[in-house]
Amino acid sequence: MNYVYLIPLFPLIGFLINGIFALTRKASTEEKIDGKTLVSWIGCGSIGLSFLTSVVLFFELLALPAGERVVQKIAFPWILSGSFHIDIGFLFDPLSSVMILVVTGVGFFIHLYSTGYMSEDKGYARYFSYLNLFTFFMLILVLSNNFLLLYLGWEGVGLCSYLLIGFWYEKKTASDAGKKAFIVNRVGDFGFALGVMLIFWTFGSLNFTQVFEQAPQVLAWGGGLVTAITLLLFMGATGKSAQIPLYVWLPDAMEGPTPVSALIHAATMVTAGVYMVARCHALFLLAPISMGVVAVIGALTAIYAASIGLVQNDIKRVLAYSTISQLGYMFLACGVGAFTAGIFHLMTHAFFKALLFLSAGSVMHALAGELNMQKMGALKKYIPITFWCFLAGTLAISGIPLFSGFFSKDEILWKAFSNPQGHFLLWLLGVITAGLTAFYMFRLFFMTFLGKSRMDPRVEAHVHESPKKMTIPLMVLAVLSVIGGYVGVPHSLGGSNRFERFLSSVFEEGHATTEAVTHAPSTEYLLMAISIVVVLGAIFVAHKFYVQNLEIPKRLAEKYKFAYRALFNKYYIDELYAKIFVNPLLNLALFLWKKIDVVVIDGTANGIASLVKGISGVIRKTETGYLRNYALSLIFGAVLILAYFIFR
Amino acid sequence: MVPASAYLILSAVIFTIGVLGVLVRRNILVMFMSIELMLNAVNLAFVALSRQLSNLDGQVVVFLVMTVAAAEAAVGLAIIICLFRNKKSVNVDDFNLMKW
Amino acid sequence: MEILIFSILAVVAVVCSLLVIVSRNPVGSALSLIATMVSIAIFFVMLNAPFLATIQIIVYAGAIMVLFLFVIMLLNLRKDEFDPEKRRVQRFFAILFAFILLIGIATVIDMGISSSKSVESSSGAIAPAGVESLAQLLFTKYLFPFELASVLLLVAIVGAIVMAKRRL
Repeated sequence: MNYVYLIPLFPLIGFLINGIFALTRKASTEEKIDGKTLVSWIGCGSIGLSFLTSVVLFFELLALPAGERVVQKIAFPWILSGSFHIDIGFLFDPLSSVMILVVTGVGFFIHLYSTGYMSEDKGYARYFSYLNLFTFFMLILVLSNNFLLLYLGWEGVGLCSYLLIGFWYEKKTASDAGKKAFIVNRVGDFGFALGVMLIFWTFGSLNFTQVFEQAPQVLAWGGGLVTAITLLLFMGATGKSAQIPLYVWLPDAMEGPTPVSALIHAATMVTAGVYMVARCHALFLLAPISMGVVAVIGALTAIYAASIGLVQNDIKRVLAYSTISQLGYMFLACGVGAFTAGIFHLMTHAFFKALLFLSAGSVMHALAGELNMQKMGALKKYIPITFWCFLAGTLAISGIPLFSGFFSKDEILWKAFSNPQGHFLLWLLGVITAGLTAFYMFRLFFMTFLGKSRMDPRVEAHVHESPKKMTIPLMVLAVLSVIGGYVGVPHSLGGSNRFERFLSSVFEEGHATTEAVTHAPSTEYLLMAISIVVVLGAIFVAHKFYVQNLEIPKRLAEKYKFAYRALFNKYYIDELYAKIFVNPLLNLALFLWKKIDVVVIDGTANGIASLVKGISGVIRKTETGYLRNYALSLIFGAVLILAYFIFR
Repeated sequence: MVPASAYLILSAVIFTIGVLGVLVRRNILVMFMSIELMLNAVNLAFVALSRQLSNLDGQVVVFLVMTVAAAEAAVGLAIIICLFRNKKSVNVDDFNLMKW
Repeated sequence: MEILIFSILAVVAVVCSLLVIVSRNPVGSALSLIATMVSIAIFFVMLNAPFLATIQIIVYAGAIMVLFLFVIMLLNLRKDEFDPEKRRVQRFFAILFAFILLIGIATVIDMGISSSKSVESSSGAIAPAGVESLAQLLFTKYLFPFELASVLLLVAIVGAIVMAKRRL
C-alpha cells in the first residue's frame, strides 16, 4: 500500500521523457533509429506499469476486512500556510480502486491502439506525452484525498483535453474546438472553485475524511449552505461531464484524434464529474434539493442528447451525443441516491464506449478518414473483426440482456423507480432514452456495416482491416463489454451483486437509505421486461429503416421537416449561446480594444509625449548660438546672486 | 593712507568696464582682452583686501590667478587662431553653429 | 601725498580701460590694456606687494600682451569692418546689467565696510611683502595649488601647440 504514489508517478515520468522527445527530436516515420518505438514503449509501458500497480493494490485492499478498506497515504506536504494545510495525499478505498483500474486498464488498451492509429502522424511523441500527462492528472484526480488536489487534477485534465482536442492545431476547426472545450469547462470550474472555497469556509479544512465526517454535524439537512455547496460542485460537474447547460463542447471535441475521443471523452475525463459527485455523496445526501436537480438534469440531458443523436450523419458525432446521454444516466443514478449503480454504469460505459470509439476509428482508418455514414455501408465483408467488435459494443450500449450494459442500465432504471428520492417520471424518461439509444446505435451500425454500399468507389478499392495493434485492444474491450457486467448481477436475478457489496463500504449512507423501501421483486421483473421490449422494438424499427428500406427515413424527414431540422441542428443551441454569451463578450472586447485601449490609454501616453515635445520646443529657443547672449545670461545670474546677498 | 574701500570701488569700476567690453564688442580679441581686464580688476581687489586684513593669502591667490590667466590666454589665443582659419572672421556673431 | 598718486593713477586706469573697450583697432585696445596693467602694477607697489607688481609687469604686460599682439599681427587684423550692430536689445540689456552690477558691487562693498571693524588699525605694521614671505606661504599652505598650477601650465603648453598647428 505504500506504493500508491507510483500509480500517478509512472505516467508523469512517461510524460517528461516523451515530452523531451517531442521537443528535441523529430520522430519521423523513416528513421532508422526508431524514436517512435521508444516513445511507444514508454507511453504504453508507463500506463501498463500503473495498471499492474493498481491491480496489486486492489488485491491488497481486498485482503483488508470490509469495514476498514480506507487507506490514506501522504506523499509530502504541499501547502502549509497558517491553518491552511494541504498535502499531496492519496485516498485509496474501493471507489478510487475501481476508478484507477478503469482509467489505467482502458487507458492502456487505448494507448496500444494509438501506436497503430497515430503511426503516420508527425506529432507522434507530442501525442503520447500529452496522453501520459492526461493520465497523470486523471489519476491525481481520482486518488487525491483533498479538494484542492482534486481541483488540480480537474484543471489538469481540462488542459490536456484542450491540448489533445486541438492536437492538429493547424486545422482551424480543431483549434476552435479546443478553445471551446477549455472555455466552457472554465465556466463550470468557476462554480466548482466557489464550491471548494465555500467548503473551506465552512469546515476549515479541505481533506475529504475530515469534511465528510463533520458534514452531518456542521451542515443542516436541506439547509441553504449545503445546497449552495453541492449545487456549485455540480456546476463543475456539468462542465466537465457535459450535462445541460455546459455540454456544448463535447460534440465539437470530436475534432481530436479518435483514440483521444475514446479515452478522454468516453471513458475517463468526462466521468470525473460522476466520480466527484459520488465522492461527495455525504454532502449531496444532506441536500435533497441538489439531489433532485442532479437527477432531473441527468434525465433531461439523457433524453435530449439521445434525440439529437437520432439524425446525425457523422459517426463520431453520434457517439459523442451518446456519451452525453449515458453520462446523463450516471447523474440520474447519483441524483436518486444510487451511487453504486452510477459507478457501475461508469465502468461498463468505459468499456463499451471506448470500444465503440476505437471501432469507429478502425472504420475511419479503413475508409481513409471518411466520417459520413451516408458514404458507408456493407463493410461487413471487408473488416470483419471490427464488425464483430462493433456489434458487441452496440449490443452492450443498447442494454441487451447478458451484455454488461444491460445490468448497469437496468439497475439505474430500477433505482430511479424504487428509491425514495426516485420518481416514476424519471424512470419513464430513462426507458424512453433507452429506446432512443438502441435506435440510433443500431442505425449507426446498420448504416455503417450492412445494407448496400454507398462508398466512394476509389475509397472502396482500398478498404482494409486495421493492423493487430489496433484490433487486439478492440477484441479485449469487446470481451470486457460482454462479461464486465457479471460483477454486478442484482439479487433479483440470482446474482450476488459483488460490485455493490464492494462499494457498499464507501456508500454506507446511500445503502442505508435505499434499504428503507423495498418493492416486490415482481415489480422489478416487470420494469426489466418493459425496458427489454422497448429496446427490441427500437432495434426492429431501426432495421426496417436502415437496412430494408432506406426511403422510409427520408420520407419521414421530409414530412416532419421542422422537427428533423431542429434535431439535425442540435436545437440551434450553439447559435443561441453564441448570440447570448459569445457575441456580447466579443463586442465588449472589441470596444475595450478600440475605444479604451487605443484612444484613452495610447492617447494619454502619446499626449504626454506631445506635451513634452511642445514645452521643449518653446524652451530650446534660448539656445541662440550667440556667445554674447550666453555672456549676458552669465552676468544676469551674477546680478541675481548679488541681489540675494544684498537683500538677505 | 588710502582706505581699502577706494581700491575696491576702483576694482569694481574696472571690472564693470571689462563686463561691458565682453558684452558689447564683437571682435573676439577685444572680448578676450576685456576678460583679461576683469581678471586684473579682481587681482587688485585681492591685493587690497590682503593689505587690509594683514593676510598674505590674498597675494598668493593673485599669484595663482596670474598663472591661470597666462595658461588661459595661451590656449584661448590658439583657439582663436583655429577659428580664424576656419571662418576667416573674428566677428563673434559668425560662430553660431550651436544654434538650436 | 598717497591719495594724490592714487587718484591720478585711478583716473589713468579707468580711462585706459575705457579705451580698451572703445578702440576700433585691436592694436589700440592691446596697447591701452598694457597701460592699464602698468598702472595696476603701480597700485600693487602702493599696496605693499612689490613682488606681485614685478610679476604683473613681466608676465602680464610682458608675455601675455605680447602674445596678444603677435596673434593680432598673425591674423592681420585692421580696423574693425563689421556690419552695423543689429542686436539693439542685446546692447541695451548689456549696458543695463553692467550698470546694475556696478551698483550691486558697490553696495556690497559698502555693506562690508560698515560691518567690519576699523580699517586704519593695521595699516603701518605690514612690512613690504618680499619674495621670502610669499614663498613661505606658497610652499607650505598652498603647496597643492602650486603644483596644480604647474600641471596646468604644462597642459596649456600642449593644448596651445595642438590647437594652433596647421596639420595634426
